Formats: sequence, structure tokens, C-alpha cells
Amino acid sequence: MSSLTMRPCGDFRTSYKQDNTIFETKTIRYAAILSIIALCFAPLLVDSYFITLLIQISYLGIAALGLNILVGYTGQISLGHGAFFGFGAFASAWLNTSFSIPVFLCIPLAGFLTMGVGMMFGAPAARIKGLYLAIATLASQFIIEDFFARAEWFSGGSAGSMAEPLNLFGFVFDTDQSFYYVALFSLVFMFIWGCNLMRSRDGRAFVAVRDHYLSAEIMGVKLNKYRLLSFGVSSFYAGIGGALYAHYLGYVSAEGFTIFMSVQFLAMIIIGGLGSIKGTLMGVIFMVFLPEALEGGVGLMKMTDWGNIPMVVDGLAYIKEMAIGLVIIGFLIFEPEGLAHRWTQIKNYWKFYPFAY
Amino acid sequence: MAESILKVEHISLAFGGVKALTDVSFSVERGSVFSIIGPNGAGKTSMLNCISGRYRPNSGNIIFNKQDVTKLRPNDRADLGMGRTFQNLALFGHMTVLDNIMVGRHHLLKNNWITGPLYWASKAQKEELAHRRYVEEVIDFLEISHIRKAVAGTLSYGLRKRVELARAMALKPDLILLDEPMAGMNLEEKEDMARYILDLNEEFGITVVMIEHDMGVVMDISHEVMVLDFGKKLISGLPDEVMADPHVKRAYLGIEDEDTDALQEAG
Repeated sequence: MSSLTMRPCGDFRTSYKQDNTIFETKTIRYAAILSIIALCFAPLLVDSYFITLLIQISYLGIAALGLNILVGYTGQISLGHGAFFGFGAFASAWLNTSFSIPVFLCIPLAGFLTMGVGMMFGAPAARIKGLYLAIATLASQFIIEDFFARAEWFSGGSAGSMAEPLNLFGFVFDTDQSFYYVALFSLVFMFIWGCNLMRSRDGRAFVAVRDHYLSAEIMGVKLNKYRLLSFGVSSFYAGIGGALYAHYLGYVSAEGFTIFMSVQFLAMIIIGGLGSIKGTLMGVIFMVFLPEALEGGVGLMKMTDWGNIPMVVDGLAYIKEMAIGLVIIGFLIFEPEGLAHRWTQIKNYWKFYPFAY
Repeated sequence: MAESILKVEHISLAFGGVKALTDVSFSVERGSVFSIIGPNGAGKTSMLNCISGRYRPNSGNIIFNKQDVTKLRPNDRADLGMGRTFQNLALFGHMTVLDNIMVGRHHLLKNNWITGPLYWASKAQKEELAHRRYVEEVIDFLEISHIRKAVAGTLSYGLRKRVELARAMALKPDLILLDEPMAGMNLEEKEDMARYILDLNEEFGITVVMIEHDMGVVMDISHEVMVLDFGKKLISGLPDEVMADPHVKRAYLGIEDEDTDALQEAG
């Protein structure tokens, strides 16, 4: 009953509407709104490199939330999320250049296209589970990667394809500062979408399928429909994330969307917390800032006498890769439920501060 | 005599060479409490699984509300108004009690993955809250309001059983199948559960089919009792009639040794 005890004194709910809000208390809601407003002023306050990191968090966060809906909420697994992300990127660029559909329409359309592809590759989920499903989705990763390399009409082959910047009523979002607002809006929109999904009919059905599929079926949940739909929604998010990525960079090449990217998405949601929406965001922020923090750490070490050796200075790329692996292992051992769970525990601790035991 | 809500006609079910059910027929009257008893392995749960759609019988028909449901999937039967609970707990362990029960409203809700997330713009919020109201009625009825925000996996056994009953009731079923609703409970919890079953039968007008081993409860609350043994139907009828039957005594209830001998001699 931790959720009950977490409520402050005097927080009485007198309607079901009040009891059904996204944020637990008013304070949290106002804090969230205020931080979004504060983020709107970020381009004025921080340098443009930091803005690129925030944009990165946005498009990766949208895609990672999709994977969390699939893995964390529905209990299925996908090792092809990176490929779906890439498919969204290429699809949006392709729709824009081949059919001259305006970019702001291409992004959701790319989402739906990716959704279709995701459901096609998710079809085995109707029959297989767990490790076997992981292998089946691994196939989708390689098939889609191969498709990128061969389908020149779609992806431009090895040359890659160009993506126009987003253009809304004559205003072109071609700088980091302006695109930042598009990314922020998309992030907030897609996360609210996710929150609402999880508190309405289909979201509950996803969790029901994960927790006990036999009784879910007895309760009237169509198992195969929801297993597939979960792949669909997950790829939809990946597609939107990918499309934003494409129109942000202006150029898409197939090399980025490898199995490593899929694993990175999995790492984000494991670190953040499976089955947690705020955890997804925490995991993405963590994974985006981890290499930056390492770079800063190496920078500091360079200043010392003992740290200024080639192993440290030249080994940065290796240190980054190793750190990701280390962090995943560390989280699996010490905090398997992720940052979101740790956050709840910290809140619980401070709530009862002097009397925690 | 009321009409029958459920008719089971000549059901046979075999797993390879094991005959779980052989030619079982019975019918359940609308608004009654119907108990299935029998020794372990008699095929009681298999029977319930056939009715709820978990198993598909090798032969025979199941008519529910004048409709042949033999070939329907379990989720389609839920749409038609059939709810059930399980012998081993089958709650959604990581969901809150409230969400567990809301899943029971699944087939009555209309919002989907697009209209649901558009919460305020679509009618989803209104719909969710309207169904929440009904769920709260069920919560009140089963006296679980103090745990509605608790995570189902953390509850005690007795409470989980009650939440499971609540979830099945939220389906708004015409017929509810209860698989050992009182197994592993103490006397007080059993009395509570018996009262809930009677109330949901009388107040909500839900027909009950249950499997139960506690003969005292079965005798007291059933309108009709059926005895299964080795997959065959021994007898069905009023509780007192069934209890008086010598075959039932031998197969299930257990009687004095002399009487058994006498019975065996009589053949």
C-alpha cells in the first residue's frame, strides 16, 4: 500500500476524476508543468551543444517509451527496435521526397507505416514467447537492415537519403534551437499519450496479458490482438522517434540502425525501469548523459599528472562502450527495477525522514 | 421452473488415453446455485474449463443463453456474459486491485489505443469514470474498499480470492463459474465468502456454478448438486437427495467400513 502512504496529509479526493489523474498529487503536476515551461527557455540559457543533447533525449525517449510498452508493459521482447527506429527515419524521408507530402504529415504517417511493419514482424508473438520471440525479432533486425541496403528506391541504398527540415506554415525548423521546440513538443505529446494509454482500456489489457494471459483471456481480452497491437504501438513510437531524427539531421544513412542500437534501447528501459513511463525518460537521460559524464571525467583526469597517459586519453571510445556494459550489469545486480524504483524509494525515505524505520 | 441458462450436452474430453470426462450432461437453471462435487481428479475443473472455453471438448455441445458456445474462444464467452474465477490465484499480480477489476470491464469499454490516449478529447475519460462507478459498487459489495489501491500481488490469500471474485463480477456476467472459492480459508472467511455468493446470486441475479469441497457449504447454499467421479456423472439433484445416494457416499463422502462392505456385496 505504498501508494497510499505516499499521499500527503490533507490530500482528499472527492471524485473519481481526481483519483484518476496522471500525476499522483497536485504538487507533482505543477512541478512537471513548471519544468516543461523551464525547458522552453533552455535555448536562451544553455549552449547549443546541450540543446543537441536534449533533442537527442527527445527522439530516443519517444522510441524507448515504445519499447517499454512492448517489453515492460506487455512482457514481450524485441531485439529489432533499432531497425524500426531506422525504418521510421527512412519512411518519413521517403514519403517527403517521393510524394512531396509536407513533413509535419510525414512524421505521423511514418509512424503508421512503421506500425504496419512492426506488426508484420511481431506476428510470431501470437505463437511464441520469451527467448524464442527474442530470436524471431532478431531476424527482423537483420532483414530490415538488409532492406535498407538493397531497397534503393526507399532508402537510397548505401548512399543514404536526404530529409528536408520540418516546415510549418512557412517557418523552417532547421536550426538546433528551433527544432528543439518540435522535439520537446513531440516528447511531451507522446509521453502524455503513453500515460493515457496505460490508464485506459488497451493499456490495462497489455498489462493483463503480461501478468496472467490465461485469466486475461477469460476476462475477455483477445490475446493475439493485444500481443500484435503491442508490437504495433511500440513500432509506432519507434517510427515517430526515427522520423524526428531524420528531419533533425537532414540526412539518414543505414549504418546507424544496427543491433547495437536495439540493445541500447533495451539498456535504456532496463536502467530506467521496465513498466514505468517516468523510468523510461530517466533511463534515456542517463544513457545520453553517461558518455558526456565520462568525457568530462577523462577531461579532469587529463589535468592530473597520473591521469595524463595515452591509455586514458586515447581510450575514451573504449571506455564509453565498456561503461554502458558495466552500467547494465550494475543495474541488473543492484537495482533490477531501475531508476524509477530507486526514485520511489528515495521519496519514501524522505517522507518519513527521521523515522524511516 | 425457470428456463435453463446453461445446457451441457454429452461432453467428452480426453487427453491422449486419459478420459477426463465421459458423456457428461446437465443443465443449470437461471438464477440458481449449482455445485459440482467429486473426489480429486474426477474432472470437475476440466468440466469448468470446457464451459469457460479453456479446453475444447472432443464431443458434445455447450449451450449458453440459447447459443451454442462450444467452439467459441474464452474471450468471446466473456462478451456473452460468462465470468469465472480460478482455483489457483490468477490475479494480475503487478496491477492495483482497482485496475484488476477494471480489466473485468474490458469487453464493455469501447475506447482503444487511439481514443484512449486522447483521453480528454475523446469520450474516453467519461467512459472510464462511468465504469469506475460500477467497479466501485462491486468493491463496496465485496468490502474491499480499503485495499483498492494496493498491488494485487501483495495481498493475503483470502483477500486475493475476494478480488478475483470482484473481477469476475465486474464483467457483469449472467453466469459465474467459481473454482473452489473457499479452498484454504478459515471458517470466518468461508462464512463471508458463502454470504457473498448468496448475495451475488440473489441481489445481482447472477447464476452460480461452483466447485467446492466443503460439504457443509455445498449443502447449505446450493440449489442443485452434481457429483462427478472418474469423469462420469454419478447423480445430480437436490442436495439432500444427492447426499442420501449410496454411490455418492462410497465414491466421495466416505462411510463406515461395514456399510461399504454391505454396499460392495450388494453390487
